[in-house]
Amino acid sequence: MDVMPKWAEVVLVPLISLLLAAILSALVILAIGEDPIAAVELMVQGALGSTYGWGYTLYYATNFMFTGLAVAVAFHAKMFNIGGEGQAMLGGLGVALACLYFPWPHWSLALIAATVGAALFGAAWAAIPAYLQAKRGSHIVITTIMFNFIAAAVLNYMLVNVLRPEGSMDPATERFSPTVHLPTLHEILAPFGIEFSKAAPANFSLLVAIAACILVWALIWRTRLGYEIRAYGFSEPGARYAGISPTRIIMISMLISGGLAGLMAINNVMGEAERLVLNATEGAGFIGIAVALMGRSHPLGVFLAAILFGFLYQGGAELALWTSIPRELIVVIQALVILFTGALDNMVRMPLESLFLRYRKGRS
Amino acid sequence: MDFLTIIQILDSTIRLATPLLLACLAGLFSERAGIFDIGLEGKMLAAAFFSAATAAITGSVWLGLLAGTLASMVLSALHGLASITFRGNQLISGVAINFLAAGMTVLIAQDWFQQGGRTPSLIGQGRFNAVTLPFADALADVPVLGPIYSELISGHSILVYLAFLCVPATWWLLFRTRFGLRLRAVGENPAAVDTAGISVIGMRYAAVAICGLLCGIAGAYLATALQAGFVKDMTAGRGYIALAALIFAKWRPWHAMFSCLLFGFLQAVALRYQNIHIGDFVIPVQAMDALPYILTVVILAGFVGKAIPPRAGGEPYVKER
Repeated sequence: MDVMPKWAEVVLVPLISLLLAAILSALVILAIGEDPIAAVELMVQGALGSTYGWGYTLYYATNFMFTGLAVAVAFHAKMFNIGGEGQAMLGGLGVALACLYFPWPHWSLALIAATVGAALFGAAWAAIPAYLQAKRGSHIVITTIMFNFIAAAVLNYMLVNVLRPEGSMDPATERFSPTVHLPTLHEILAPFGIEFSKAAPANFSLLVAIAACILVWALIWRTRLGYEIRAYGFSEPGARYAGISPTRIIMISMLISGGLAGLMAINNVMGEAERLVLNATEGAGFIGIAVALMGRSHPLGVFLAAILFGFLYQGGAELALWTSIPRELIVVIQALVILFTGALDNMVRMPLESLFLRYRKGRS
Repeated sequence: MDFLTIIQILDSTIRLATPLLLACLAGLFSERAGIFDIGLEGKMLAAAFFSAATAAITGSVWLGLLAGTLASMVLSALHGLASITFRGNQLISGVAINFLAAGMTVLIAQDWFQQGGRTPSLIGQGRFNAVTLPFADALADVPVLGPIYSELISGHSILVYLAFLCVPATWWLLFRTRFGLRLRAVGENPAAVDTAGISVIGMRYAAVAICGLLCGIAGAYLATALQAGFVKDMTAGRGYIALAALIFAKWRPWHAMFSCLLFGFLQAVALRYQNIHIGDFVIPVQAMDALPYILTVVILAGFVGKAIPPRAGGEPYVKER
């Protein structure tokens, strides 16, 4: 059945897709009268050429690790969670409530509370679509899309009418107290004698994100629950026959997925902004889709793809700053990655498969 | 609230419902043929940009409409390629199309016009202007019926009338012609259609093309009739509301019209009033914004009659080997 060796499946197909996306992006840059090679140099310089650039790249990557893992876990149960954006927004609300209304003596305690709050709120926002999918058969994709919009309205209401400090015109919460400030990479690395940019927003949440990658790996491939999730994703009738309850798998995998998406808020709300603002997620929930597809739903792949997208994000910001290429170029690249690694997967795979088949026939 | 205010709100309901209706009917064709399409938003956005850009450059709104429709149909072809020919995931393809349109429109707008991702404002023949129906002025003074005719029914752009004519046309095409029967059959049981010697792939491409055409008109309406020019991300979730309306209507044309009018009405009210006071109770404007989505979830959950999508929806068709 397996036509291609595993390395081709895991490495070659995503790389070719990425290459196709890169070629098309280069053509787009050419078409708007800029030099693609100079653009790439500028992006590499801006995103990876200094600890400042790295700090931003890793900050974005932290967001995308969480949302990418969220989409990936749902993918394993053959569900498409487009609601990462809304779940991350609600996660922000959880973080804000945890940080604002309790006098934490130390940031580590606050981080634990914020983590719980973010995960709970994110999971709760995924719970309703999951329940409707499991019990009423409503399509999870449509309900999660709708819940993104409802989340935006809820957040807007909460910020404008409830959480906004008196006298402030800005729809945002007040600043969190300095005691809940998460250590930045500068503060973490300084004791080891490593100079890291002070201005960059990468912070302790990066370590939480890496821990989440490892935990998700362990969950999916090293536990009974993970086996059940994969079995359900592989074949629902098969899983049912083996005594796995679809309702349970749908609920649990979506709760984990929503919780992971919500966790993103400890990075962008607690680690960076240190208050909750409107549109704090900046589309990171959607980038999770591209990251999960690119990373083939494997935590290691998600980790690498998140760093790639972090690089694209920071590099794209530098491009917008120094050239006439607007930031939206990143959205185009993101679209092309989703298109080639997700929707047009077979376009890359079919010729490769026939190539490998011919090679094998020639050998035997 | 006086009579004139009601007329004005209903008038703006019609204006706001028109793009929803066109996009909703577009989705209807596609989904009835078994191709889920969450890329309605992206197709509308692309059409909005290319229609406004072409109209701004050539000065002709009709050329704009043509360009916008073409852009939308190109994206439709991409969706068809991904989901019909290469049997990819239709939902992922739709997501990709939405991002592609969101990014490319701003990129090209910035390259062509250097106005921060917008097109120049359209004037004169660059826009679809209001059409005054016969006798509208003469009848304006007739009590009750006069304002209804001259304000509410007359005075919209030609695309509004086209959109509402599309409703019976869609109904007729889908439920009274051979083409429609085959199209619906492809969405319910493609294997049966294949057995009858009709190309499933051909039917699905046809449906996706019609979807692109209607989305194109919807986008052109947004940029050249409802507003005068393209601004970044101007569809503002309308593609998703149209999708919601489609589910709300349970994939039926006449019901689609009523659900689009309902959602258009919600938008019109949210646009006119900030918070609505009913006695001491205040409905915040955000609740009005979220209402279409909440209603859709409730409908999807099957609490108000079950919404059952076309049975073969989302499944690529694989001939038996």
